[in-house]
Order: sequence, then structure tokens, then C-alpha cells
Amino acid sequence: MARIACFGGIYNNYLALEKAIRDAQCRGVDDLFCLGDLGAFGPYPDRVFPLLYDHNIQCIQGNYDHSIGHELDDCRCGYTDPRDNYFAALSYEYTQSRTSVANRSFLRDLPAEIRLDLAGKRTLLCHGSPRQTNEFLWESTSPTHFLEHLADEYEADVILATHTGIKWHRCLAGNRDFVNVGVLGRPENDGHTNVWYTLIENLPNGALSVEFVPIEYDYQRLAKEMQQEGIPSEFIETVRTGWWTTCLEVLPSKERRRGQH
Amino acid sequence: MATTDNIPRVQLSHLDHLWFQVSGTRCNLTCHHCFISCHPQNDNFGYLTFADVKKQLIDSVKLGVKEYYFTGGEPFLNREMVPILIETLKYGPATVLTNGTVLKDEWLTALRDAESTSLYALEFRVSIDGFSADMNDPIRGEGTFEKAINGVTQLVQHGFLPIITAARTWNPEREMDIVSGFVQMLQKRGYATPRLKILPTLQLGAEENRTHGYRKDERVTRNMMDNYDVKQLICEHSRIVTDRGVHVCPILIESPDSLVGNSLADAQDDYALDHGACFTCYQYGAICSNASGSTMTSSSPETKP
Repeated sequence: MARIACFGGIYNNYLALEKAIRDAQCRGVDDLFCLGDLGAFGPYPDRVFPLLYDHNIQCIQGNYDHSIGHELDDCRCGYTDPRDNYFAALSYEYTQSRTSVANRSFLRDLPAEIRLDLAGKRTLLCHGSPRQTNEFLWESTSPTHFLEHLADEYEADVILATHTGIKWHRCLAGNRDFVNVGVLGRPENDGHTNVWYTLIENLPNGALSVEFVPIEYDYQRLAKEMQQEGIPSEFIETVRTGWWTTCLEVLPSKERRRGQH
Repeated sequence: MATTDNIPRVQLSHLDHLWFQVSGTRCNLTCHHCFISCHPQNDNFGYLTFADVKKQLIDSVKLGVKEYYFTGGEPFLNREMVPILIETLKYGPATVLTNGTVLKDEWLTALRDAESTSLYALEFRVSIDGFSADMNDPIRGEGTFEKAINGVTQLVQHGFLPIITAARTWNPEREMDIVSGFVQMLQKRGYATPRLKILPTLQLGAEENRTHGYRKDERVTRNMMDNYDVKQLICEHSRIVTDRGVHVCPILIESPDSLVGNSLADAQDDYALDHGACFTCYQYGAICSNASGSTMTSSSPETKP
């Protein structure tokens, strides 16, 4: 296996997932992976699962999946702000009450990490970080030496993660890499409505190719369906504008300044 | 009450947060709730030099430190504060806890330039204990509200997004009103997207005189650790450097048993949660970290809406 597609948090956005699967298949990949957080934010949670099953997408358990799977009282998203927690709770209740028993069982049994050999590179796929599912690894708060410590500790040449909602890549010493693969669930607070997934390839020369792929999807339809489902207008605004309106307080200042709110 | 056998000990799992008591206990203010009784003449702890900090930054690389925090006292009384922050941004993200009353435009311009060319974020946490002078000044001193708000305005004008930090000196039932009072006041002063962090008070130092100290039964016991996420405790992932050595956490530096080593490498031993302040840390969790760097496992008591 040398070339894979990685999908970050899907957050019920089955329309973007459909498009991303098609896009990755057209580009030619050996395997498809999802790094967790299938639910939250969007409409109709159960629509994501058939796509994952039909296309043999290997999934990791995100904090949301763990909570829904085990029927916990909240999403363990890691927010500390009352407003962020308020919206997280609304979204969690919605997703929890609309995820079928069979799909909950699927979520409960997902692994916390996947390790694979990417044409000779020891590759570790996780949700937040190798050491904690809901750890936020932001570009502006993750020193290179800290990421190298994780790579040493967890014996990986490539670490792939998601959870923050914003993609980034850092080259590490020893021809190693850390990649946050972004998310398919919502735009990344840049004023654009597209979402992102990531193609990872170990090139014949031993370098890692990291390609962030924008996915345009029918966001108007998603917004309309969210409206029909009574999902908070703040979430719908994000889908329509590309600017985050919630989960803002966990952003470091560098990432926060790029947004509008 | 906790007996020696009943006191849990906490292992440092990894040094995520490295703190610096960069201005010792020297502060231009004399706040009545300060948990280490800082004031203009308090030389109990001394300043750290640029060279002191640089040595620790170098040592921190092999330890894989994730974030750097600077506190005091008032950090900007240290004349080397700006070069220290600029140097730190070469290593990782830096957060400075300031009262916002002594900031100079030329410092902020230099820091903004340094941050914009760094991979890493520079965060300012500005302490203000109320959304009006009537609320703030009785605690932090006459005229400090206006000075601190001017500091916030300066920071915003230089492109920073300061985190306003307030100690909860009010009845918790008033929390939502007070938070919204802060937001409205800050927006009126030109800070469109204010960031807030509300902290519990610590019944130590000056606060012990303002209100009261910890009761003897306000201690963490072994059975309280069952099913508790130990990552919420500062000592599980932090250490602080002062001019005397390395201490277990920024809150307890005045307790003799908090000095746990001379260098970061030998300050790794586990620590007994023997203090009243440990009880506050246990109750509220992650009280010293930024929201972006905390790893809450669920909504903490202080954050439930």
C-alpha cells in the first residue's frame, strides 16, 4: 500500500462524503480511511454509514463515536467555553437520538487507532493525537519537537490526525511527517464553502506526498436539510458562509484571526 | 481530613506545559486576591534572565514540551520580557499572563512582528476582575480598570486577541450576567470578538486575608481519584521554573515542598496532593491552561452552561 485517502471528521455530512469517495476513487488510491467523528453538526446521522460500509472505508473511533457508541452523556469534544458546550450539547442530542442501534454498535467497536505500512513508512492513524482521542493539535500550538516526541514515543514515521477541523502538515526530523487531514464535515473557517480531505502517498524516493483536496458539494441542499431538521441556525450559517460561528473558543489566536467571528 | 496514607500522589506523565515565574513576585499592583501575594516590593522570588529562560528552552526540546507560559508578578516588569517572548516563539507557542497596565506600543509592535513570522501563537491573558471600575478596582486597586482596558485596546490595535481572565469573586449565580457584562463592555471598547476565561479564586496568599483560607477537610483524598481524569491536574503535565529551581505548579511556589528539582530533567518525581489549592485544581480542572491546549474529557463544573 503506497497511496491512501484520509477523511477527517464527517459530522453527518453525507453529501460531502459521497463526493469525496468518488473523487478519491477517480484519483486512484489503494485504500480509504476515516479518522473518526462520523456524527455531529449536520443532518440525518444514519446516512453516513451505508457509504462507509459499501466502500469498505476503514474507520477510527473519534470522541464523538465513542460517546454515541457508549451512549454517554456528552460528546467529550474537549470544549471549555459555555457557549461552545451549549451548541455541542444540542448537536449531540440530535445525533444520539437519530443514530440506529446497529450503527451505534458499529461505532462502539471501532479501533482507537490504525497502524499500517505505507510502502515502508510506519503510519499511525488516530483521531486527535496518538495519546488522546480528543487532544487538539493545532498548527500554531504544536512545536516541531513535541510532534517529534510523539513520533518517537509511538514509533511512527507518519502520524495522521483530525479533530481540530483545520488541515495542516509539518515535516519532522528523520524524514517523518505529521499531517492533520482536515474534515469533510464543515468548511474550515476561511469563508469558502468547500471542505477537505487528504491524499497521502509514499513516493518512490521516500518522500511523503501530502495533497489536500478541496471538495465542492451541494452545501445548499445540506443547509436546507439542516433547516428541515431544526438544527441551530448558527451551524447552517457556517455551511452557507464558510465561517465558523461556534467552537471558537478552542481556537488559538493565530487560527482564530483567520476567521470572521 | 486527609492523612498521609490517604493523600494521592500524581505522576508527571509528560511535560506539556512549561511555566516561567519570569518576574518573580514583583508586581506593580497589589491585588487583594493574589494567591502569591505579589506587590511592588515583594522580592521573595527574583526575576529570570533571558539566559535563564534560553537554557530552559534548549532543555525543553529534548523533553518534547508543548507550550510555554510566562507569569509573575507582572511579567512586563522584567526588562527582558520582549526578547524572552521573541526567543520563545522560535521554539513553540507562548502565553503571557499580564495585568495589561504597563504595556508599551513599541513592545507590542515587536511582538506582533515576531509572531507573524513564527509558526506559533503568542497569547496574552489579561487579568481584569470585573466589567466596571466599581467591580474591578476594589480588588485590583484604584484606577486599574481603566489602565487594564487601555492595555486590552492596545493589544487589539496591534492585532492580538487577548484572553480576558477574571477570578470568580462573585456569586456563581451571577455568572452569566457577568460574562455578558464583560462581552458588552469589551465590544464597546473596540474588542469585537472578546475571549474570556473565568477562573476560580484560590484561597491562598492575599486571598486568604480577603476571604478565608482552605478548611482542613478541603483536601483531595485517594478515593476521590477513582474515575477521575488525572490529566485535569496541572502537576500531571506541568512544571514551573523560578529563580530557586523547578516547582511543581504555578500556584504553589511559596510552599517549600513545591520545589521539586534544580533542572527540568530532575523535576519528574510524583507529587502529593497535600494542599488546599490542589482541591480547587481537582474541582475545576485545567484552571491554568488555555482552552486550545486543554484536554477536557467532559464539560468541567465551571463550564456547564
